This record gives sequence, structure tokens and C-alpha cells, in this order.
Amino acid sequence: MNVDVLIAGAGPAGLAAAIELRRLGVGRVLVVDREAEPGGVPRHSAHTGYGLRDLRRVMTGPGYARHYARAAAAAGAQIRAGTTVTGWLAPRLATLTSAAGVETVTAAAVLLATGCRERPRAARLVPGDRPPGVMTTGELQQRVYLLGERLPGRALVVGAEHVSFSAMVTLAHAGADVVALITDQSRQQSYAAFALAAAARWRVPVWTSTAVRRVAGRGRLDGAELADLRTGQTRFVPCDTLVFTGDWIPDHELARLAGTGIDPGTRGPAVDTTAETSVPYVFAAGNLVHAAETADIAALGGRHAARHIAAALRGGRPPRAPLLPVTVTAPLSWISPNAITVPGPPPARGRFLLRSEAFRRLARLEVRQDGRVLATARARLVPGRPVHLGAGWMARATPSAGPVCVVLR
Amino acid sequence: MTGTPPGTADVAIIGAGVVGAAIARTLARYDLRIVVVDGANDVGTGTTKANTAILHTGFDAVPGSLESRLLRRGSSLLHDYAARAGIPVERTGALLVAWTSEQRQALPGIEEKARQNGYTRVGPVSAAGLYQREPHLGPGALAALEIPDESIVCPWTTPLAYATEAIRAGVRFQLNSLVTAVHGEAGWHTLTTTGGTVRSRWLINAAGLGADRIDAMLDGGGRFTVRPRRGELIVFDKMARPLLGSILLPVPAARTKGVLVAPTVYGNLLLGPTAQDVEDRADTGTTAAGLAALLDAGQSILPDLAGEQVTATYAGLRAATEHGDYQIRVEPALRYACVGGIRSTGLSASLGIAEYVTDQLAGAGLALAERGGTDPGPPVMPYLGEAGTRPYQDARRIAADPGYGRIVCHCERVTYGEIRDALASTLPPADTGGLRRRTRAMNGRCQGFYCAATVSSLMAAARPADGAA
Repeated sequence: MNVDVLIAGAGPAGLAAAIELRRLGVGRVLVVDREAEPGGVPRHSAHTGYGLRDLRRVMTGPGYARHYARAAAAAGAQIRAGTTVTGWLAPRLATLTSAAGVETVTAAAVLLATGCRERPRAARLVPGDRPPGVMTTGELQQRVYLLGERLPGRALVVGAEHVSFSAMVTLAHAGADVVALITDQSRQQSYAAFALAAAARWRVPVWTSTAVRRVAGRGRLDGAELADLRTGQTRFVPCDTLVFTGDWIPDHELARLAGTGIDPGTRGPAVDTTAETSVPYVFAAGNLVHAAETADIAALGGRHAARHIAAALRGGRPPRAPLLPVTVTAPLSWISPNAITVPGPPPARGRFLLRSEAFRRLARLEVRQDGRVLATARARLVPGRPVHLGAGWMARATPSAGPVCVVLR
Repeated sequence: MTGTPPGTADVAIIGAGVVGAAIARTLARYDLRIVVVDGANDVGTGTTKANTAILHTGFDAVPGSLESRLLRRGSSLLHDYAARAGIPVERTGALLVAWTSEQRQALPGIEEKARQNGYTRVGPVSAAGLYQREPHLGPGALAALEIPDESIVCPWTTPLAYATEAIRAGVRFQLNSLVTAVHGEAGWHTLTTTGGTVRSRWLINAAGLGADRIDAMLDGGGRFTVRPRRGELIVFDKMARPLLGSILLPVPAARTKGVLVAPTVYGNLLLGPTAQDVEDRADTGTTAAGLAALLDAGQSILPDLAGEQVTATYAGLRAATEHGDYQIRVEPALRYACVGGIRSTGLSASLGIAEYVTDQLAGAGLALAERGGTDPGPPVMPYLGEAGTRPYQDARRIAADPGYGRIVCHCERVTYGEIRDALASTLPPADTGGLRRRTRAMNGRCQGFYCAATVSSLMAAARPADGAA
């Protein structure tokens, strides 16, 4: 099969891109998703708040997923769920598996929009026994909202960012008694209003500066050994469910198989401000390049990528300028996009996204190139929450000079 | 054998690990009524499932030992059996790497030992040759020995294939039946188990970590004591697989083979094991210290591992004893065989052990009459390896049955068809752990983030309630 654009992933980024590509007159747009239904992660996130920035309205996760799937189909994109891109025979020649069989697709351009996942307990190297009852938020939400499972008994949530509070709500909905949210940070990282409301409604405390040292239970979960990072003291907390939340990692395997460069900060494919990776005509958007942002930000990134894909496919594209990497230093953990061309267009929403590993109330960011300060900006840093940086400095970068680095003054 | 009353067996085998299953499979071709008894809910859930998944040549066994002999024989038999039964095996070869001058000086002795063990295809490799073969190897390696026939194998399919073959030949597996007492009188062994009483003429003790306790029930004990040695292992993401071609072995220290890095047949890299003596025979928990030590060692062997994700960590217990060799003996007067002390080489040696035990039993008076009819041969097991064609890659198979095109577990690319087949197999899984070992479902990098809920619902649909099977 031949298509103009193959989109891997029918979540918010992939579907928003498909709609925009069709609106811009791109002919054959094929969106494939390995899940049985299109829509991505919002499908099993029952709470509201979806669609704020991209659709200018507020919807539930499943409603939002349905809206995008219908709109993409109505726009003339072909959507195939239950279809996995299993690899690449050449940079834009994909192999697919579905119930219809094994096939190949040649695409003039590819958009990778495979999203991200939470790192499970094993990847976090939490030692101890391996009983059932230990899961990620993704698994929890599918069990509760897609299969209607009940989870009676005590539950502990590891993490205290937005998704952790979401896990807490899901657990409460499933009949669990949530004992606490645990974070190794010195305070919770969600919005204060959300955290306070949750604490007031469900009376769930956040245990800060606390880490899981060991999981205990043979055959079934008995509980977790927790350490107070300030005193070093440990204590055993019995529980029947243990949910590891957040700690996102892009699902970058298809990108790596395609040979794209990987950014060491985001661990997703490195992309320039047009969302193009190091492999020409292979683009990436959504939580694959910034794990994890809200669905609307992923959708807007997909829409932005679509405009540049459509432009690239219109032909007469000049040779690509060399990519200038954009890096960060600690406590900043990543920046997205993480490469620029000079001159080059601004990124999605006209700004770069960053993450920090530490709290700073009044941080001063500096954009430097070879010791030269290109820009400064003020920001409030909270781990797990987005930090924004304008793009006005891009014009001041020197194409032939060293990498651009964003540092904390 | 004729004349055995109903509800009894000619032979009872205690232990459904790889050794017990291999013995059951080997004895199944004779006219015997056989029952395999195990406390767990599946075959291969003890030492069998948590090891380094290497099919050893036995090059570094103690020359002249029974282990050396049975390893060599068993390895050859398993290579042949695996090819017929569809058990994934890859002959990656191994490099025994010397990092210090002391280790380098030990290499000629190890080469000589391999020859004494009857393994001659061993040879030295220079540092330059080593780095050419394994360019991602960390700096400082001085020299190596190459053992070209060391292989990797699927430790889950192997006992399942033995058990499947045995069951199809009439062997009964009585699981969830932990043996708590054994009494002998009037020519019968009576086994009291948590799942009912079992009576048999002959008894084979292949109880692994519990072999000394069973031995004590028969014979007063004291001949050997199982001293569980815990080995922790780390499985790295498939993205790390290109970092390594062969198994990298350390120069053996006094107690164990040390920390190795090996590919797995599932396309991961495995790092381990630690070696820690523990008291508790069920303590398969990992420890912070053990995992940290492994990561430390792994990153000096393959520095690029530091940038790769960990998919799983686990620990297994080897059934070590105070003796250096296997503890196998047959007591004709008791109609009893003890197959103990099969430390960390049971998977590789299993068919050699089974053949040896069968011979010993025949010599002790167990009547072995071949069954009539044609031998159906090994079952063809679902293929779990990366070296061959998996169902999701097989256009013809999907065309015949679209279930093999519906990928359910995305990380391991396990299809609905494979899960459905496992749930309807000769020996179906009793829980999700059993399904993991039969299909690889949920064993990947997301550890269930995407598929655990779907897999659970497929299992629930196949079995009305937990514990009903």
C-alpha cells in the first residue's frame, strides 16, 4: 500500500494531525493503532477536563477520544485500529500486522505518535517479592474503567503528581481505602487546589520525603516497606494494592527502530521545531516527544507537526539546514523540541517545554550558546509540571556554533 | 505394569520441576502408571523458572563427576529434543572473559578442564579478537576463552514440553499437592499431600529445594542438606539486545560461576546471578544490595547497559547442598530413587538425568516394558523465541486464523490466538504467571501497563473463577 502520510498511534496527537493533514489537502492519510479502538489513553480516563486548549470545551476522556476518532474519520483519514507497526524495512516502509494479515506500507512521510507509558515497578528497581496487586495507573484504570473490577482493601499510591491523584480517585471509585500518596519529593507536585480538594474529600494524606524500599508478599501483596528520607527510618505499611504512578517514559521503540536520534533528556526521538526527527520525512509528536503532557497539548503538537508535514510534502523543499541541538543542565531534566535550525520556525504554541527535577519558586533560566547569553526568563519549577520558554531567542543563535544550552542561573 | 489397584500408581514422582518432568516424560514410554505430585499449581515454578536460561555444554564441570557426565549427555539430548519440540534454543556461543592478569592465567587451566570434560571445541581469543567480536564490551578485558556451543534456551517451554508429552502418554500431574509425609508398608509408598493421598509402588524424589526433607521421610535423612543459594537477576529491555552477540561468562570463582551477561531467546539481555546463601526456602525476593551490585558489575562489562531500561528483576533459589556433585541414588529395597542436589545445571542436564535414573531404576528391578504402538514423539510447542517466526509475523497463519493477527501484548507481540491456545492446551495455566510462561504475555517492558487488564479478562473468560481449575 502507498500513502502520503502514515501516522503510528491514534491518540490525541495522531488523530489531531490526521484531521489537520486532511484539512490542508493531503490525500491519503493512514492512522494505525495497535489497540482495539482508536483514541489513545483518554479512552480509559474517566475524569473530565479534556479538550480545554485544543477544542475550547471540556469533555471526559472517553468522550474526547470518541470526538477525535469521529472527526478524523469524517475528515477523510483512514483509521485502522488493532493494527501494529511491527518494524521498518526502510525508513518510510513499514511492516504491519493485524487480523487482516501482514502487509507493508510505503509512506511519503511518517508521523510517530506512539505516546508514553509509566515506568513499572521493575524498571524502578524496587526490590522485594513479586506478588500480584502491584500495578501502574494505566493498568489500574483499564481494570477499573474498562473491565469494572473492584479493588477492596488498602491501597498505597507511589507518586504525588496529577496522575497520582487521578489514581487515587480511580482507587476510591473501585472501593479501595487509599492509605496515602507517597513521594520522595519534599512536597506534592499537583496543583494545590486539586491536592487540597482531594485530601478534603477522601482524607488521603501525602507522605513526602518517603520512598518504597521493598515490596512484600508471597502469592499476594502484604504491604510495602517505606523509608523516611529525612531520618532514614523505615516502617512497614500493609496494603492490598500498590500503584506506581507517573515516571513517564516515551514508547520510543518504533522511533529507535526507524533509526531516529534519541534525546537523552526526553528519551524520545530528538525533534526540531517542525517536529521532524533526524531521519528526513519522519516526524514525531505528542507524548512521544514530551512525556507526559495533557492530551490537549499532545493534540496541539500533532496539529503543529501536520502543518510542517503538509509543507514538506508540497515539494520544492530546500535542503534541510543542519540541526543545532538544544540541551539542558540539572536540575532541568529535558527540553522539547530539542533541536533547532537557524533560521527556523517556532515550535508548537510558540514555546519550548521543559521539566525540572527540583522545586524552585523563582528560577531564572538562561539560554546560552558558547557562553553567550541568548535569552533569560523567569519560571517556577515543580517536578513533573511543565515549564515554558519562549522562542524569540532562536533568531539570535548562530547556526555554525556549538549547541544551545538552557541552564539555571 | 499390571496388577496395580485402581487409584494407585506404579511410580510416583515428587516434584514437577524440569527434572521431575523430564523423568516423567522418559518413563512415560513404558507400560507404567505414573503420577507426578507437586505443591505448586504448575510445572517448573521453582528453581526451574528462575535461572540464567543457558543450555550449558558442561565445559567447566568437575571432571569425572556425575554432573559432568549427565550435563554433557543431557545437553546433547536437549539440543535434539528442542529442535523437534519447538523449544527456542540459540547457539550463541560463550566468551569467558579475563579482566585481571590472575584471571588470564587461569584460562589455560579452564581450557584443559574443558578437554577433561570431553569438550574439545574450546579455544583462546585475544583481546583484539574479543573486542572485534563484542565491540560494546567495557575497557580492560585482557583475553578470553571461546566456548562455541554454549547456548541459550527457553526455561519455560522445556518443562512444559516434557509435561505435555508425558500427559499425552497417560502420566497424571497432581498439582497443588504438597507432600507432607511418606509412609512405606507392604510394598507401597503412601504419600500424604495437601491435595489428597497418593499410593505407589516406586517413588522418585525430584523435589528440588525440598529433596532433603523427602529423603529424610524415606531413609532417616542426613545424607545431604539443601542449602538454598539465591541468585538475583536483571532483565534488560530488548533495545539492549544489539549490545551483545555471545554469552559473556566471568572466570569462575570458588563458589559460583559469577555474574554473567547473556542474551535471552526472547531478545532481552540478562545480567546475573548474585549468589547468597539463605535459610528460607521460599525467599525469592530481590534485594537493594543485590540489584545494585549487579548493575555495578554489568556496567563495567557492558557500559552501554547504563542507558537501557530494566524490564524485570527476579530471584531464584538453587538447590545447592554441602556436596559438590549431584545426589542421585537408587535404593532397590525401598523401591526409591533420590534425585537431589541438582544445583544450577538441572535444565541443561534434565534429559541426561532422566535417562540415567531410568537405567538405575531398571537395574533396581523396575519392570520397563515398552508400550505397544507408535511413539508420537515430542509435542510441538508454541514457539516463544525471537530467532524463528512468531505468529504475528506469519502471514499464512494469520490468513488461516485471524486470531494470530490480533496482538494483545504489544511489548512481547503476543496474539489473541496464542493466549487462546495456551488456555486450551494440554496443561493450561492456573494463573497469569502460568500464562506468562506459556506465551510471554505481560513479560515485556510495560509489565502490563497496556495489556494486563485484557489478558486478565481473557483468563477469567476461560476459567469461571480463580481456583476453579
